Amino acid sequence: MPDNLKYTQEHEWLKIEDGNVAVLGITPYAQDALGDLVFVELPEVGRKLTKGEHFAVVESVKTAAEVYTPVAGEVIAVNDNLSGDPELIKKSFEEGWIAKIKLENPSDLEGLMDRAAYDKFTSSLD
Amino acid sequence: MTATFKTALFDSHIAAGAKIGPFAGYDMPLYYKEGVLKEHEWVRSSAGLFDVSHMGQIYLEGAGVVPFLEKITPSNFAKAGTGVAKYTVMTNESGGIVDDLIITRVNDEKFLSVINAGCKEKDIAWIIDHLPADVKLVRLDDRALIALQGPKAEQVLREVLKIDASGLGYMRMMFIDGLIISRLGYTGEDGFEISVPEDRASDLWVKLLASQLVKPVGLAARDSLRLEMGYPLYGHDINDETTPLEADLGWVMGKGNEGFIGAGNVLGKTLKRKRVGVKLTDKGIAREGAEIRNDKNKVIGALTSGGHSPTLKSSIGMGYVDAAYANPGTKIFVTVRGNNIGAEIAALPFIPARTKSSKKAAA
Repeated sequence: MPDNLKYTQEHEWLKIEDGNVAVLGITPYAQDALGDLVFVELPEVGRKLTKGEHFAVVESVKTAAEVYTPVAGEVIAVNDNLSGDPELIKKSFEEGWIAKIKLENPSDLEGLMDRAAYDKFTSSLD
Repeated sequence: MTATFKTALFDSHIAAGAKIGPFAGYDMPLYYKEGVLKEHEWVRSSAGLFDVSHMGQIYLEGAGVVPFLEKITPSNFAKAGTGVAKYTVMTNESGGIVDDLIITRVNDEKFLSVINAGCKEKDIAWIIDHLPADVKLVRLDDRALIALQGPKAEQVLREVLKIDASGLGYMRMMFIDGLIISRLGYTGEDGFEISVPEDRASDLWVKLLASQLVKPVGLAARDSLRLEMGYPLYGHDINDETTPLEADLGWVMGKGNEGFIGAGNVLGKTLKRKRVGVKLTDKGIAREGAEIRNDKNKVIGALTSGGHSPTLKSSIGMGYVDAAYANPGTKIFVTVRGNNIGAEIAALPFIPARTKSSKKAAA
C-alpha cells in the first residue's frame, strides 16, 4: 500500500490529485474480506455526494459491500473498466480505483488516517 | 446455538488454509486459498473434494420399512432395487417439506438415508415420532461423508483408491472396503459421495487430495454449483411451508402413493405459487430475499436463493412466483436496493447436468 494515500475505517483509500480531487478505491483489507469480486455498481458522473453517503456497491461471490465516501463532492469520473472486469479493483491502485470526486470541502480530508494509522487500525481488527 | 461442532476433517481444512465459517452448527470450510470462483470452475473441469460430514447418515431398517418410507415420503420404494438411491422429501401434515434427502436401498429391509445438517435433529425426532414397531432408526454418527465431484472423479477413484466405479450408474451405491460409495452429488457433475468411518476420514481425504486432479472445495462453491443446477437448498428454497408441487419437485412423487403424510394437502391442489429459476437480463446481482415484480411493478414473489453464476457469468437465482408468472421466458423485474433490474423466468437447470446417465444419453 502506498504511503501517500489517506484511509478510512470503512477500508476505502483516497488519493488526492491536483489538491481538490479524491480518487477513491477499497483497500486490500476490504478486498480480502470480500473474496472474488463479480460486479461493481458505479455512480453516475455528475452525481453530488454528501459526506458519508453510500455511492457504489462492490459485489463479491459472497456478499454486497456498499462503498461510502468520507468526502462531499461531485463525481467527475468513474472507472468504467470495472464493469467488464470487477477483479481489476485488486490489481493495483492505478487500475482499481472506483470514482473520482471533486472535493467540496477539502477540510473533509482532515480526519482521515495515514498509512501508519490505518495499518495500526487493521491490525487491531484481527 | 451453543457449541459449534467440528467434523473429523477440521484440522485438514485448517492445514489447507480454509476460511472457516459457521454452518448448521458446524465450523465448516467456506473456501480455501484459491477462492470460490476457481473452486467452482475446478469442479466443473476436474474434481473437487468436499467435506459434507456435517450431514446426517442414518439407517432405517425392519420388516415394515418400505410402507414406512412410503408414508413419510411421497415416493415409491417397493420396487426400488438394491443399491438404488432416490432423491425425495419428507412431508408434514400440511404438505410442507420437513427435509429433502437421499434414500438408498441397502437390502430388502434396510435403507440408508442422508439428511441435511441443519435438519438432522428435527428429522430424527420426526422419524422417531412416526416410527412403527417393526422399523428402527440407527444413527451413523461415527461416519464422515466426503464428496468427490467433477468429470475426473471416476479416474481419481481408480488411480488413488484402485476402485473401479465404471460400472456404477448414476444414483447407484456400492459397499467396498468399509466405504459406502454413491454415484450422486449436489453439483450437477459426475461424482461420488463416500461415507467413511470417522477414524479413516482424514487418511482418505489426504490421499484423494494428493492427486493432481483434486482440489478441496468449500461450502461457498457448493452453493454456486447447486444454484446453477437449480437444486433447492433446504431452509431457503424449500421449507416446512412449501409443498413438493409448489417446489417443482412433483417428479419425486411416486405413482399411486396417496397415503403419505400430508397427501390431502398436496394432491389435487391448485398451485398458487411455484418455484422457478430467475435469470437477470440486466446487470446486477440479486440475492435471497429480493422481491420479484411484474411489468406493472406489482410484487409477484421473492428470491429464495441468488447470486453470481461463474459458468454463465451472470446473476441467477431461484424463487417463488404466482403460478401465472411461472412460465420460462416470462419477463419480470427483481428489486435490488430499490432498483428494478430486468430479469426473466428461466427453465431449471440453468446449465445441463453432466451426471453419468445424462452423459450417456448425450453420447
